[in-house]
Amino acid sequence: MKLLALDTSTDACSAAVWMDGVARERYELAPRRHAALILPMIEAVLAEVGLRPTQLDAIAFGRGPGAFTGVRIAAGIAQGIAFAADLPVAPISTLAALALGVGREIGHSRLAVALDARMGEVYWGTYAVTADAAELLGEERVCAPAAVTAPAGGDWFGAGGGWRVHAAVLSRQLPVRGCLEERYPRAADVARLAVVPRQRADWVSPDWALPVYLRNEVVDKRAAGSR
Amino acid sequence: MLILGIETSCDETGVALYDSERGLLAHALHSQVRLHAEYGGVVPELASRDHVRKLLPLLREILRRAGATPDAVEGVAYTRGPGLIGALLVGAAIGRGLAWAWNVPAIGVHHMEGHLLAPMLELEPPEFPFVALLVSGGHSLLVEVDGVGRYRILGESVDDAAGEAFDKTAKLLGLPYPGGPALARLAEQGDPQRFRFPRPMTDRPGCDFSFSGLKTAAINTWRGLEPTPANRADVARAFEDAVVDTLAIKCRRALQATRLRRLVVAGGVGANRRLRERLRELLAELGGHVYYPRLEFCTDNGAMIAYAGWRRLAAGQYDDTAIEVLPRWPLDSLPAVN
Repeated sequence: MKLLALDTSTDACSAAVWMDGVARERYELAPRRHAALILPMIEAVLAEVGLRPTQLDAIAFGRGPGAFTGVRIAAGIAQGIAFAADLPVAPISTLAALALGVGREIGHSRLAVALDARMGEVYWGTYAVTADAAELLGEERVCAPAAVTAPAGGDWFGAGGGWRVHAAVLSRQLPVRGCLEERYPRAADVARLAVVPRQRADWVSPDWALPVYLRNEVVDKRAAGSR
Repeated sequence: MLILGIETSCDETGVALYDSERGLLAHALHSQVRLHAEYGGVVPELASRDHVRKLLPLLREILRRAGATPDAVEGVAYTRGPGLIGALLVGAAIGRGLAWAWNVPAIGVHHMEGHLLAPMLELEPPEFPFVALLVSGGHSLLVEVDGVGRYRILGESVDDAAGEAFDKTAKLLGLPYPGGPALARLAEQGDPQRFRFPRPMTDRPGCDFSFSGLKTAAINTWRGLEPTPANRADVARAFEDAVVDTLAIKCRRALQATRLRRLVVAGGVGANRRLRERLRELLAELGGHVYYPRLEFCTDNGAMIAYAGWRRLAAGQYDDTAIEVLPRWPLDSLPAVN
């Protein structure tokens, strides 16, 4: 299995190539520089293993939730490469990728992920993490920190910048054993989630490599058209 | 050389295949007008969301219509700016991704360069040099064009663009979004003698435009009237006459100042029937000729981006893999093509 993965959904920007069980990754914290960095990163990881796009089996990308523009950059690059190289695409949840990354790092299986969604809200998901999978428990949501929920009885660990911005409210809602706020979704984890056989049923044609925003109320009707 | 052109700078998703030997092979456009109509103006986030859904299906469609396989594409041109940053990024990301995986060069094209070169896609294209009047919802420009990338701005709007003034005035007259074309249709029934609005900035030298005050004059007149269909049509007529007159006066000045006798008119307002008539008369009087793109290429489209991109790619210009879009980008800062 040879797979290219990319993520530009948060302040982090990363690309990874997965080849026969090994991930090689370029990763950088680079707010607002994703467009400039992502193709050079992709080029670098593929050059490292000597692969051309047409030799890949699929492209995976962090499909959101996250910054709207960032998620669209990843979707657009994935669409373009996959269309040109005639490859399927694996749209992967950024929340699940972050859960997997932190779960693997600390060896913990119950992860509560919160990304800062601005406007006083978080992107929220709770996961059961194993070595190569992050199973969503419940559903992904965008909501006020005071409205987050989690399945009962877990031994939870927090992950993501939402835990920094809304620390007090979130830990009141869901007591956690600990928390890693300074972690972001990474392409290597996007790749790990994409290659598991169960996930392959969800690979799509490039036309359907689309963002998942969660927040769909994006128009301030009073402001629209008044310029 | 077969070039794929991609336009996503505002609320139209446009794609086209242009071949330097065979001409335009196919083009397709998805307009978001209905998406934004409910809000009375373009909502940038909704525009971006629509571009990323529509672009690849449109690309499949033009490849099929052109009978071309993807591996025949030899270069990709996409709109780098000016425009809405999120919308530009969608076209840039997909275009750059395609070009990179096809291993062909890519170039970011200036949207207004696309417009002013659009008449080159017609059977009788203008020769350089010429004067170009670019009038759309986002821009009002008079440019002296000595060649590709050789642009001197002769005048531009100091406030509203011409098309913007049309749309805003139409909205205040209660016409549905986007009101510009509807206002022009309504003006056909108006009495040209009833009202006379000022011709802004024609009483001083130069080729700059100002349409904001004209919009205000129309609204103030309309507010003092019974809101009858006839009154509305008369105001629309007086407004359109003032815009057309003003544009014609500035075009005359630009042609006289440059001693050129070829005028290219592009952009959405270039589809206005009365403006076309008026400028045809002007160039007949001056012993010159006026050039238009076909009506569907007056508004945003992928064909003009493919053509402008080809001119630059053929001259050896291309972008590296670091994607950069430019929401603001002065037309006269572009490199020349020899």
